[in-house]
Amino acid sequence: MATQDSFDSSQPGMSLLKRVFQINLVLVVLICLPALVGFAMLYSAAGGEMEPWAARQIVRFGVGLVIMFTVALVDIRFWIKSAYFIYAGAFVLLVGVELMGDSAMGAQRWVDIGPLQLQPSEIMKIALVIALARYFHTVGSEDIKRITVLIPPLLLILAPAALVLRQPDLGTAVLLALSGTMMLFLAGLRLWKLGVALVALLGAIPVAWQFLRGYQKARILTFIDPESDPLGAGYHILQSKIAFGSGGMFGKGFLGGTQSHLNFLPEKQTDFIFTMLAEEFGLVGGIALLLLYFALMAYGTIISLRCNSQFGRMLGMGIITTFFLYVFINMAMVMGLVPVVGVPLPLISYGGSSMLTLLFGFGLVLNIYIHRDIQIGRRQHNTST
Amino acid sequence: MQGEASRSKLFTRRTIMLGGAQTLLLAALAGRMYQLQVLESDSYKTLADDNRINMQLLPPPRGRIFDRFGQPLAVNQLNYRLVIVPEQSGDLERALSALSDLLPIETRDRERILREARRKRKFVPITVRENLTWEEVSRIEVNAPDLPGTMIDVGQTRHYLAGRETAHVIGYVGAVSEKELEGDPVLGLPGFRIGKNGAEKTFEKALRGKAGSRQVEVNAFGRIIRELRRDEGQPGDDHILSIDMGLQEYANARIQDKSSAAVVIDVHSGELLAMVSAPSFNPNSFTTGISHTEWNALMANERFPLTNKAISGQYSPGSTFKMVVALAALDGGIINAHQKFFCPGFIELGNRRFHCWKRGGHGHMNMNSAITQSCDVYFYEVSKRIGVNAIAAMARRFGLGEKLGIELPSERKGLVPTRDWKLAVHGVPWQKGETLVVGIGHGFLLTTPLQLAVMTARIANGGIAVLPKLVRETQRSGQRLPDTREPFPSMGLSAAHLAIVQKGMNDVTNYPRGTAFSARIEEPGMAMAGKTGSVQVKRITKAERESGVRKNEDRPWKDRDHALFVGYAPVEAPRYAISVIVEHGGGGSKSAAPVARDILREVQRRDPARRGPGENIVLDGAAV
Repeated sequence: MATQDSFDSSQPGMSLLKRVFQINLVLVVLICLPALVGFAMLYSAAGGEMEPWAARQIVRFGVGLVIMFTVALVDIRFWIKSAYFIYAGAFVLLVGVELMGDSAMGAQRWVDIGPLQLQPSEIMKIALVIALARYFHTVGSEDIKRITVLIPPLLLILAPAALVLRQPDLGTAVLLALSGTMMLFLAGLRLWKLGVALVALLGAIPVAWQFLRGYQKARILTFIDPESDPLGAGYHILQSKIAFGSGGMFGKGFLGGTQSHLNFLPEKQTDFIFTMLAEEFGLVGGIALLLLYFALMAYGTIISLRCNSQFGRMLGMGIITTFFLYVFINMAMVMGLVPVVGVPLPLISYGGSSMLTLLFGFGLVLNIYIHRDIQIGRRQHNTST
Repeated sequence: MQGEASRSKLFTRRTIMLGGAQTLLLAALAGRMYQLQVLESDSYKTLADDNRINMQLLPPPRGRIFDRFGQPLAVNQLNYRLVIVPEQSGDLERALSALSDLLPIETRDRERILREARRKRKFVPITVRENLTWEEVSRIEVNAPDLPGTMIDVGQTRHYLAGRETAHVIGYVGAVSEKELEGDPVLGLPGFRIGKNGAEKTFEKALRGKAGSRQVEVNAFGRIIRELRRDEGQPGDDHILSIDMGLQEYANARIQDKSSAAVVIDVHSGELLAMVSAPSFNPNSFTTGISHTEWNALMANERFPLTNKAISGQYSPGSTFKMVVALAALDGGIINAHQKFFCPGFIELGNRRFHCWKRGGHGHMNMNSAITQSCDVYFYEVSKRIGVNAIAAMARRFGLGEKLGIELPSERKGLVPTRDWKLAVHGVPWQKGETLVVGIGHGFLLTTPLQLAVMTARIANGGIAVLPKLVRETQRSGQRLPDTREPFPSMGLSAAHLAIVQKGMNDVTNYPRGTAFSARIEEPGMAMAGKTGSVQVKRITKAERESGVRKNEDRPWKDRDHALFVGYAPVEAPRYAISVIVEHGGGGSKSAAPVARDILREVQRRDPARRGPGENIVLDGAAV
């Protein structure tokens, strides 16, 4: 079965129409629901106005959906073949930002390509998942026991994470490192090897600390005791907790959040949007959103498990894991459980880059559902004829 | 394929482990939400309200001060201030240089603004300049769109319409010092002023009123979104003084070139109709913050412009004290008015000689001629017989040696010496010669011009223990507040004795040999009675006396005698009493008596007593 070893020889491609019918509508609905919540919250953040956030977010979501479906309908074998090219492209862009990027909010994160502002660190989040999925697809279950197998994926993870940290973007760096590590775990790495990887990451922390800017260090330090400096760096966390607490069980009602509307909340339309939701809809609203996210992730996990190829499974779970990390870090951050690192709430926070990244990612999840039965060989080209 | 199957199984196992862990973490998030939103909700709700609702004090308009006819003396003027909010202005330095095109900003102010901006939070307004003119205000308002973060703020500044003419009576307001920050939270407001001197200080509490407050909803930048509740406090009480501003002006003009003080008092009611002290100062300089040069000039002036000499200046009364000695003698029954003493120009006690002001002596003197011609030897003889304690007792009955309770800060009580006092304070027994010196109003004896005016009033009104007062009435929101002061008691002096002294004082001015005959009032029905006084500032040495005493004019200003005069008018039905002191003015008859005469004539022309204490005054406008 030499042909089986090649990426694209085993089965003929499905027709486009057939693929369209295979789009998982349940998943699409589960993606649209949080986005709708997001529109409502952005409408509220603007004090009951579509401008400046809600309307633009809807347009972006529309564009994102088009991208998502496009990604979903492309043959899965295209993605595995181009996995490393995508990663390499994202990496080049990251370096490009380093060299000629613009600064926004004191952080160098954007690169201008004509009228389009591109955030390479966002692209990298997906690119890393694709690259790792391909890597572990090609590594057989025998090979995975070799220690040297660890070296390429660790490099794949650490190189972009270090670059992102230099920008400096602590949130994305943490996200890359954690999602990469979780994929190593999913790939079936022995736990002790994972331990080695973990030690490597921990060893990187003192080095990483050198990269951090003063404000980032302050965020981490004040996280430990936010009340000690209620008007300084601890202000955001404290105000956010006040918003949560004053929301109570049922909240202050839509458009009724005093903390948010009187500007006590920082960045209420982006990183702290969950706080506003919790203030206006209370514990009930917060739990409801949490359940919605849980349903989306659980469904995504099931889709991944049903996939026949290792690439597909790894890809699906990689995306779901990244999504989980977004949700967890953002929520834990606004509730004062982890330092404020600047991670948006997926599908809800205002912002184009993360929205497009996520929908691109969900496009891949839809893709592996469509192509769940496709067998993919382990190598790029036929080795025997 | 088998490899592939085991790989799939491994993946599934790992996925379930990871999914389980993620579910647990999500559950932890839910738990945290429960903790924040249910368990600790109450304390956060309080914090949220604190965040949102801001209590603001509204400074009450300060009570105004009027003269007895309702003429405003101290009012509140709208003060247009330019403030800048750094949060909204963008780069502060650039904003200030844009502003300086419209109105000049001194380098010192610029530095102060930048310094304050560094210290305060970004949304706290910083005063750029105060007391803008209407033209400056409109220039800024017109350009407002180009000046983000700048605002015109309206405050109130105290303004003294009569300026230096009432400076010592009304005083002035100034910024609250660290020490004065007691109790009332309104004192902590930026730019709040409190009374620092004069009536402004004495009546501070009543003038201040009660602060109102409002609750406003603010955002995190401190910007007001809306007002929730408003409580208009209580404006300060309006005070109507007994001062007649017309007379005050006249008296000021009369003494302004001297170092001098004068007090005019209503002999029946004790109301002060004029109280002047020269030189004076401009109280309006203090309300806006006095400059260093002006302050230093005030402090360096040897005539002490900041001191109210009428109540804080203590002088030996000189011959103006002789009425008290005469009454002490009559009251004690030791001598009668007809008893004569011979004045050879001096008296000898032991081996010391006590001189009369008239070198050749007055000859035979009875009480009337001794007062009229101010014979020192007569009073030496009388004092020797009655003793210092009898003199002191009578002096105290006239209000000397104690505070009279005038409603002003820094009133001094003077000094009436007794034998016990000397022993207690100086540790040496009283000398007989010292009694003689006190008998002509010198020595340890010290009085204030106010005390002398009250003493004169008590002689003029037939022995009623009148006390001075400065405030006629207080109005709160246009309503007159009740006056709780009681009528004055009698001093218990014999009318006959008083008549003798009054006759003597009448002759001082109206009998050709009287010391102040040249300063008499000739208008019919306005005649004044009085008594001159001259107080040596520097002791005359024996050598000087032998070589001939130099005239006052020949001595340096600081060495000249103080000139005093006390008097009342009209003699037939006394109504107004006066005391005048001209520091280093030379003789009382020459420099103090003419001043007193002019003022007493003026007060009778104006007759401020025509507005009796029962009449109500309707003040115009509210205390804004």
